[in-house]
Amino acid sequence: MTDATANSTGGTPGRNAGSLFDKDPRTRKRNAAETRFRMMGLAAVIFGVLCLVGLLGSIISNGVSAFSQTFIIVDVFLDPAKLDKDGDRDPDKIAKVTTFGYAPLIATAMEQAMEQANISIEGLGKKDAAELVSKEAPAQLRNYVLNNIDEIGETVRFKVLASGRIDGYYKGRVTMASAELDRNVSPAQLQLADQLKAAGLLSTGFNWQFFTAPDASDTRPEAAGLGVAILGSLYMMIIVLVLALPLGVAASVYLEEFAPQNWLTDAIEVNIANLAAVPSIVFGILGLAIFINMAGLPQSAPIVGGLVLTLMTLPTIIIATRAALKAVPPSIRDAALGVGASKMQSVFHHVLPLAAPGILTGTIIGLAQALGETAPLLLIGMVAFVREFPDGPPDGFFDPASALPVQVYNWTQRGDPAFVERASGAIIVLLIFLVCMNALAIVLRRRFERRW
Amino acid sequence: MSFVKLSASALAIAAVSATAAAARDQIQIAGSSTVLPYAAIVAEAFGENFDFPTPVVESGGSGAGRKKLCEGVGENTIDIANSSSRIKQSDIDLCASNGVTEIQEVRIGYDGIVFASDINGATFAFTPADWYNALAAKVVKDGVLVDNMNKTWKDVNPDLPDQDILAFIPGTKHGTREVFDEKVIHAGCEATGAEELYKAAGDEKAKGCNALRTDGASIDIDGDYTETLARIDANKNGIGVFGLSFYQNNTDKLVVATMDGVVPSVETIASGEYPVSRPLYFYVKNAHLGVIPGLQEYIEFFVSDEIAGPDGPLSEYGLVSDPELAATQEAVANRTPMGPLN
Repeated sequence: MTDATANSTGGTPGRNAGSLFDKDPRTRKRNAAETRFRMMGLAAVIFGVLCLVGLLGSIISNGVSAFSQTFIIVDVFLDPAKLDKDGDRDPDKIAKVTTFGYAPLIATAMEQAMEQANISIEGLGKKDAAELVSKEAPAQLRNYVLNNIDEIGETVRFKVLASGRIDGYYKGRVTMASAELDRNVSPAQLQLADQLKAAGLLSTGFNWQFFTAPDASDTRPEAAGLGVAILGSLYMMIIVLVLALPLGVAASVYLEEFAPQNWLTDAIEVNIANLAAVPSIVFGILGLAIFINMAGLPQSAPIVGGLVLTLMTLPTIIIATRAALKAVPPSIRDAALGVGASKMQSVFHHVLPLAAPGILTGTIIGLAQALGETAPLLLIGMVAFVREFPDGPPDGFFDPASALPVQVYNWTQRGDPAFVERASGAIIVLLIFLVCMNALAIVLRRRFERRW
Repeated sequence: MSFVKLSASALAIAAVSATAAAARDQIQIAGSSTVLPYAAIVAEAFGENFDFPTPVVESGGSGAGRKKLCEGVGENTIDIANSSSRIKQSDIDLCASNGVTEIQEVRIGYDGIVFASDINGATFAFTPADWYNALAAKVVKDGVLVDNMNKTWKDVNPDLPDQDILAFIPGTKHGTREVFDEKVIHAGCEATGAEELYKAAGDEKAKGCNALRTDGASIDIDGDYTETLARIDANKNGIGVFGLSFYQNNTDKLVVATMDGVVPSVETIASGEYPVSRPLYFYVKNAHLGVIPGLQEYIEFFVSDEIAGPDGPLSEYGLVSDPELAATQEAVANRTPMGPLN
């Protein structure tokens, strides 16, 4: 008792002073520091999450409308006087009628549709009514006629795309007030669209074409799709997988299991680590110089893109594979060697299968990184307007194609505001691909990874 | 063992890919991002209406496009370079040294450069002199050149609104900037008498004219017009420099300013009343004509009346049709290579 009083009244806090619940100034200071650190950590996490939510929110709110599309149903009379002047149904002559020749048919069809539905709107000419329909429609008609020449002279029902502004009206991008000022659409046209909708001739549906159609020019944003870009990205991923995985695994198995430890392997190791940090545009310059200028490979082709991305992904795969190989305990190798396996047998029968989940995870993450890469593609001519689908592989590897991130980049530069929506939609598609790949990597790791 | 086979086949693929330069059947185009939308429109229509594949159109800038054109002759070089400024002697020399001797110059029309601000803001009526006095590093005051102290447009010209000077102009890598410098800033320099003073001070070519103030009143935009639009959206006081076609696609967000009292439009640019415009070109490698299928057809289609004429889709998108289109059509049909630059 006296001891305790003596200690607690002493000037400096004693080692065994008072109750544990009484905090001395030092403890308080330490606790405060800890709380501060925790708060800072939490703040950092909250900040990061908020940024992510903001980013995703803006992309999704901008882009989700790209997945729906407004269509107009028109009954077009395939006028023989315009499409087949001689009346002999000669495919070659009919093919000479360009899409410019088909546009008037659609204008007439729109006029008739208005008459039938008893729609009359003041200040709306025939040309204005025809502008509701996408400029893609004449091409759609022409293709149909060339494939069904015997239907000339009949009236055929087509489901055509509505023009970008009309589409935007039903997505909230265009309003009556903005149409007043807009040079490309008038309030009268929006009224017509509303009346067509009431008559059941205009509808909004899921935009499958966004995934299947090729890119379109600036005058028809409603027709632009990701078809060529998805195919191009897929081709490049195939090339990267086929080249980078075996090369990367072979290199790391050799370095990890067979190579002698000397200055040469050390140098290689340092350089691989460095390569992983090289800006990706450098690989693009390399690709241009070696694959296009020296090897004479074609421009804008997935083969060159794939080769460049392979170079970029290799270090990632090598590093991941070596880490996976290192994680396999030496006892496994020793046991295999002990029962008489050769070095190669021990590696291929025991070490590699055990390291496989780690290797696959690294490969998938490397592929995901390559999928989102734009900079190296800039220099090898893949940042381009490509409308033609590449052939099936392997010929298609040499045909021009686009890529998903490139398509996003291209669309953000276009003047028509409808492309903003398309670009955000493309980002969503790209993100879905990336999330799927990363999820696959996690699943593989969870299911097959062994811990020792 | 299968692993060894896999690596062997991978190497084989790499080897094959390095040797097989597949024959090219589509046209390759590269160059100016200003010409890109027009080229894309034509390429799309070409692919729809002809039995040839749709040409591939790359952007990347006028200078880069011309350099690519001049890399040599052969299937892995491009066929056409789009350009928003005329080819330079250095390009022609580079071409010649790489064996590209015959180049066709095709002028497709004119592009207007407009000044626009937020639709809810004030409207402006500019003259080149206003722009010079607003943005130049040094302006004329009482007969001598002094540092530019103008803060608002009203300081520049009492008729203009009392709004802070803030201009988003294209960065120096853009072809548009050249036109802006020449047709607006330099014209303004001349009109305000600053050019005289520069010359009197020993600056023979009046290079000082093009020096812009660096205090934040003029901001270079190195991106595209979409970036300029986003900047104006964020800062309603800003005035941006746009291409006519971009403005025409965004008339619900932007209000255009007049220049010398003329409203920019396809008509006023065609008649030459609106001063700030420039010709757009593409350059064709003649050695590829007849080698790349459809190349001749594509160029002829591009300059045909139904595409590049006053009622064609290009004009609808904002290209000002060339009054001398007939001469261009004839030259294209005859495959006339361009003569020396004058």
